[in-house]
Amino acid sequence: MTERMEKRFAALKAEGRPALVTYFMGGDPDFDTSLAIMKALPGAGADVIELGMPFSDPMADGPAIQLAGQRALAGGQTLEKTLDMARRFRESDQDTPIVMMGYYNPIYVYGVDRFLQTALEAGIDGLIVVDLPAEMDDELCVPALEKGINFIRLATPTTDEKRLPKVLENTSGFVYYVSMNGITGSALPDPSLIGGAVARIKKHTELPVCVGFGVKTAEHARLIGANADGVVVGTAIVAQVAGSLNAKGEATADTVESVVTFVRGLASGVKAARMAAAE
Amino acid sequence: MNETPKPNTFRSGPDEDGRFGIYGGRFVAETLMPLILDLENEWEKAKKDPEFQAELKALGKHYIGRPSPLYYAERLTEHLGGAKIYFKREELNHTGSHKINNCIGQILLAKRMGKTRIIAETGAGQHGVASATVAARFGFPCVVYMGATDVERQAPNVFRMKLLGAEVKPVTSGHGTLKDAMNEALRDWVTNVDDTYYLIGTAAGPHPYPELVRDFQAVIGQETREQILEAEGKLPDMVIAAVGGGSNAIGIFHPFLDDEGVQIVGVEAGGKGLSGEEHCASITAGAPGVLHGNRTYLLQDRDGQIKEGHSISAGLDYPGIGPEHSWLADSGRAEYVPIMDDEALEAFQLLTKLEGIIPALEPAHAIAEVIKRAPKMRKDQVIVMNLSGRGDKDIFTVGKILGMGLGENA
Repeated sequence: MTERMEKRFAALKAEGRPALVTYFMGGDPDFDTSLAIMKALPGAGADVIELGMPFSDPMADGPAIQLAGQRALAGGQTLEKTLDMARRFRESDQDTPIVMMGYYNPIYVYGVDRFLQTALEAGIDGLIVVDLPAEMDDELCVPALEKGINFIRLATPTTDEKRLPKVLENTSGFVYYVSMNGITGSALPDPSLIGGAVARIKKHTELPVCVGFGVKTAEHARLIGANADGVVVGTAIVAQVAGSLNAKGEATADTVESVVTFVRGLASGVKAARMAAAE
Repeated sequence: MNETPKPNTFRSGPDEDGRFGIYGGRFVAETLMPLILDLENEWEKAKKDPEFQAELKALGKHYIGRPSPLYYAERLTEHLGGAKIYFKREELNHTGSHKINNCIGQILLAKRMGKTRIIAETGAGQHGVASATVAARFGFPCVVYMGATDVERQAPNVFRMKLLGAEVKPVTSGHGTLKDAMNEALRDWVTNVDDTYYLIGTAAGPHPYPELVRDFQAVIGQETREQILEAEGKLPDMVIAAVGGGSNAIGIFHPFLDDEGVQIVGVEAGGKGLSGEEHCASITAGAPGVLHGNRTYLLQDRDGQIKEGHSISAGLDYPGIGPEHSWLADSGRAEYVPIMDDEALEAFQLLTKLEGIIPALEPAHAIAEVIKRAPKMRKDQVIVMNLSGRGDKDIFTVGKILGMGLGENA
């Protein structure tokens, strides 16, 4: 496995705080702006980066991420360019783990072996592919693990005790607990239920458990972070990009800055979770 | 085409992982996975349950009107001067198409599973109407997702669904067509997994949908087999059906797959021609990919982004096809050919004038293929075509193209 992920979570554990995992859409609204956002994320407090791969039919995403994908595709983003974005990021950052997140078809059409080789060379540490459940592990998960790239699986409230071991069997890097049944960008569920769900998963795995879906503010990040090894924020970051665009949907001078400011706020929430957890 | 070794039988699929060769599978989010496994279990039990089968059969007979007739199209046969042409009259079913066969089957499954809410996607509105119908019959609330573009061009069906008590939700995300309606239905399902049953309208989607939709539609082929043996004393030389997602086609094809002498032809929507972007010929002009839970032939670009289809018929306007068809195409057992919008339109008019049957634009594509093939065949040969739906819903579209105004909708 690439070592960046394990090192990062070990360091955070030593520091006693949860990770801030930030999702953004590769190529939204254009390649250069998006790369600038990516490069600015670690400085703003992101511990792990989820790099979104746009897809024409994002069946598990809400309107914010759907539109971000459409903007990226309209701007000419392709899987090749998303991989290139990671490569360019790695030129100046050797430590921040990068997880590519999206749907299977663009990878399948690109060619699984070719994709994994290119991803490894670009400095990718993990993959989250929403439409590849454990039943489809032979497609990409097993080849990725053989290549040394983590395959991060989503566990959901519908993943019961009987099913958890199967879901966790080939999972590596971390477990992404989707805190409710639904699509990205829905309302935050009751944080008091999250702790129990995370504990349930931890009975079955040593891996860090990060929690996402519905985290929109620093306060949410603090509440969720008190009960998890990491907090994933996606829709709210993508919404910052959307909110900064001009009437034609193009990036403005504020685009990168508005994301940075927002992520800084989330990072303060995650850091406060340490104190909350220590109490 | 991909190489697939020749199997001993073409009727044994899918395997236990829901695959037909490399096609099919279960490409869904984890949230849906437990539900799909539940559905598979329930379907396995229902298949073997005599009570379930008896209820299905009784509703088929008394509610749908089965068996549907197999009709010898004498005047069309004379006009074309070749093979004898028979139509399997699925357009005479309750709600006017084959879609009801599948809806009755699935609503019984939903009931068995204790679900209390039905969702469905629809393109032309035929499946939406059939879903709203069975939801009314069994007392379920029903939400139908329909592309905003289709809501506009299929106003009569939208009104029908509303009369039947369904809520029609226009989908504006993406490009507002059938594939976007399916995305939106999947988003609803993933949000409401506990109480909701997703009634998929075609033989596609994650396993077990392609199998169970096929099995509910195979009644078409089973009846056809008996009826043609009675009428002609032999099996047909050719079976032809239009293919969008492919449920009417797989329904009539499946019982004939192991009859070597029966040639099988699926007709895709060639739209305005395959050289441009405006068609829906997934097999003829697409490539294998993964969408909506299964691997199958898809219209897509080099980056794996799904393209919009185009067809004069909203029911064929989908950039994919059921996985079993992809496998049948690769294995060579079935042949898939495109028919253009204008050819379908001509066939629509010819059938109306010669036989007094107004077909839906979907089977009009199959009729156009019959018109091409029958004259080249001997008079003692037999073609059976699935006349999968009636054309009442299409008269506005056709009227507009032919320059005959039909009120507001024209």
